[in-house]
Amino acid sequence: MTTSASVIDPAEDFPMADRTALLAALARLVPPTALLTTEDELRPYECDALMAYRRLPLAVVLAEDEAQVVAVLRLCHRLGVPVVARGAGTGLSAGALPHAHGIVLSLARMQRMLHLDPLSRLAVIEPGMRNLAISEAAAAHGLYYAPDPSSQIACSIGGNVAENSGGVHCLKYGLTVHNVLALRVVLMDGEIIELGGMAPDAPGSELLALMIGSEGLLGVVTRVTVRLLPKPRTARVILAGFADIARAGEAVAAVIAAGLIPAGLELMDQAATRAVEPFVGAGYDLEAAAILLAEADGTAEEVEEEIAAMRAILERHGATSLRVSTSEAERLKFWAGRKAAFPAAGRISPDYYCMDGTIPRRHLGRMLNAIAAMEKKYGLGCLNVFHAGDGNLHPLILYDANVPGELERTEAFGAEILRRSIELGGTITGEHGVGFEKLGSMCEQFSSDELQIFHAIKRAFDPAGLLNPGKAVPTLHRCAELGRMHVHRGQLPHPELERF
Amino acid sequence: METRLEAFREKIGERRPLCIRGGGSKDFHGGPQQGEVLDTTGYAGIIDYTPSELVLTARCGTPLAEINSALAARRQMLAFEPPAFSEAATIGGVVAAGLAGPRRGTAGGVRDHLLGVRLMDGEGRVLNFGGQVMKNVAGFDVSRLMAGSLGTLGLMLEVSLKVLPMPRCEATLRFELPQARAIEAVNHWAGEPLPISASCWRDGVLHLRLSGAEAAVAAACAKLGGEKTGADEAANFWADLGAQRMAFFAGDAPLWRVSVPSATPVLDLPGPTLIEWGGALRWLRCEADRALIESRSGAAAAVALFRGGDRQVGVFPRPAPAVQTIFRRLKTVFDPHGLFNRGRLFPDF
Repeated sequence: MTTSASVIDPAEDFPMADRTALLAALARLVPPTALLTTEDELRPYECDALMAYRRLPLAVVLAEDEAQVVAVLRLCHRLGVPVVARGAGTGLSAGALPHAHGIVLSLARMQRMLHLDPLSRLAVIEPGMRNLAISEAAAAHGLYYAPDPSSQIACSIGGNVAENSGGVHCLKYGLTVHNVLALRVVLMDGEIIELGGMAPDAPGSELLALMIGSEGLLGVVTRVTVRLLPKPRTARVILAGFADIARAGEAVAAVIAAGLIPAGLELMDQAATRAVEPFVGAGYDLEAAAILLAEADGTAEEVEEEIAAMRAILERHGATSLRVSTSEAERLKFWAGRKAAFPAAGRISPDYYCMDGTIPRRHLGRMLNAIAAMEKKYGLGCLNVFHAGDGNLHPLILYDANVPGELERTEAFGAEILRRSIELGGTITGEHGVGFEKLGSMCEQFSSDELQIFHAIKRAFDPAGLLNPGKAVPTLHRCAELGRMHVHRGQLPHPELERF
Repeated sequence: METRLEAFREKIGERRPLCIRGGGSKDFHGGPQQGEVLDTTGYAGIIDYTPSELVLTARCGTPLAEINSALAARRQMLAFEPPAFSEAATIGGVVAAGLAGPRRGTAGGVRDHLLGVRLMDGEGRVLNFGGQVMKNVAGFDVSRLMAGSLGTLGLMLEVSLKVLPMPRCEATLRFELPQARAIEAVNHWAGEPLPISASCWRDGVLHLRLSGAEAAVAAACAKLGGEKTGADEAANFWADLGAQRMAFFAGDAPLWRVSVPSATPVLDLPGPTLIEWGGALRWLRCEADRALIESRSGAAAAVALFRGGDRQVGVFPRPAPAVQTIFRRLKTVFDPHGLFNRGRLFPDF
């Protein structure tokens, strides 16, 4: 993934600060244990979970409290030094890729729960707290934090806010944006703002959604107030096989059309089931062209009713095999295969590249046919796992970085999947973010007017442009360099012929 | 439709203050209107609705009633239950006002269901943000910024909203409880896995609506007790509450909308109170001034003058100065000439 990496836009560049002076100034603001400066210390921060892109920062600050965040941002603002905020580093779009002339500000040490109110069902936490740790802390009160990205053991709530993370249960329980009530944010100049609050219409709530998913470009979050939900009493999952992936897609549409909102609804194609089964022994039907996992949660009565309703629909829509989990252990076993899809891809192939387009669900069959044709075109295999409830597709392209040309073919394959997502009326990223990775595809999804609006929004929060520069929104210059064209609403790009 | 769009663009090109207006059903809400009316009611029609996608896209002038009936025909709904204060209400007005009804406490508000907007900005440019899919993190979330902006940031041409199935079963329970005990009870119940979809306390009576799977509603009724309200009576009750047709809302006394952390105790203020959203929304009929209401509602409260009273001095709570600065800059991004709905959100905005 190097072609776009080599493009450094002048607008995203900043003159090299006097590193010695910068380090000395940082050392006056934070204790020695909170400042990393040697190459050995910096190396772990050179990339996030998308390891194809790497850069060393000038320094890493491991902030311990908000006062340090404020002080460090003020200093960098004064010196014109770019700052990349970082949580647990589990991001998949190189959003936390350091800037070569900037510092990384890690929030990972700020992981306290400041307040838990079981009656009002909310918690106030620091950004470095792990997603799963929130639910663990709330469990004593029968509550939990609903969004559950697959990295939830490790990923931080601050990172979830930056990416607007989802998870397998987000059709029913929403994304981060639906579960965050308030944010406390430090702006690049050190000013602190509060957005939203414990009251539903608290002042500044209007800006909450803008801040959530802003990929560290607008401010550094130091406090997050989340909504907690009562933990469902029980859950059961259906594991169904289909002889044809299009039929599986129709079955999903039928479940939704029948008025059911499953807690989870996941599809895997045969390539994916065959990759994971030897790895985890989930009991998947390997003859099926696709398997579907459909989960119901709630009270025991509710779950029985929904499972029966879903079962009838899936059988009517051509399920060739169907099992319902009869114990919690079996439910987890059925899910284990789905959750092992990424590691399994890593097991059967030296490298893999995960895409993240979202499409209207009805186009699933067309999309998968298109991907099958691309496998032939690029000479590369692909496993498909799909958040079927919300149309979010994760094709895992298998390649070997040591084979000359495979990386470039993989990148072209991925870009074509994203282009197809836009053409089908979808988006280039459902939950992983644009980061550094998908800047080129942003040029295809948005017009230059829209991109200019994004840049202007960025300036409204960060006039100096020092927070995570060169991420999430491409410069028009970059789009021109890449020759990428805006695909307007699924039509061929004819900017002069806008559809009204 | 193209000629209407061209007419909008021409109007904006004249660079005179405009008052973007749909059916006018919420003229009473927000600061007083200023500028020439830009009528959106002709720019109407549902553009795309595929029930199995759970998304509906419509032009801004589409009547809310038309959308509700298209959804109802497929047993779906706007889960935030937008209030219609008259038949004229349009979907553009719903999103701009950002007002949600009884289900807000559990299903979320307008912003939570807004997936995409097509916007004409203050330069007459047509811009698309978000889209027709549930999960979309490409670019800043401009569409959700439009919910509750009262048309100050641009002319919303089209909106895409997430829709949900209507509940398969519903029941309403009635409990005689004084206010303090009702607040305690709804908060306590909300922490349990019960299918509560709305609550309303008024005059010593708490009404609780349960929605969901038949078995879940039946089990919750058995567990909670109370007195069951007849189905027709219940349907009317919640519809009247949403549309503010109840006696509580009649008359000329200023109507305040105070949103608070749900477990906030009884507010020590004169005048009748009605409570929704599991305790998080307190309606007050109260002649007291804003300062008194704010001081008695707690630091976390958001006090808005909903109807009546003196609208000239501002009806919404002011954000902190640093947040106001950002608001102002964002206004300039979308409406550089300051044309749209002046004074509607804040007197000087």
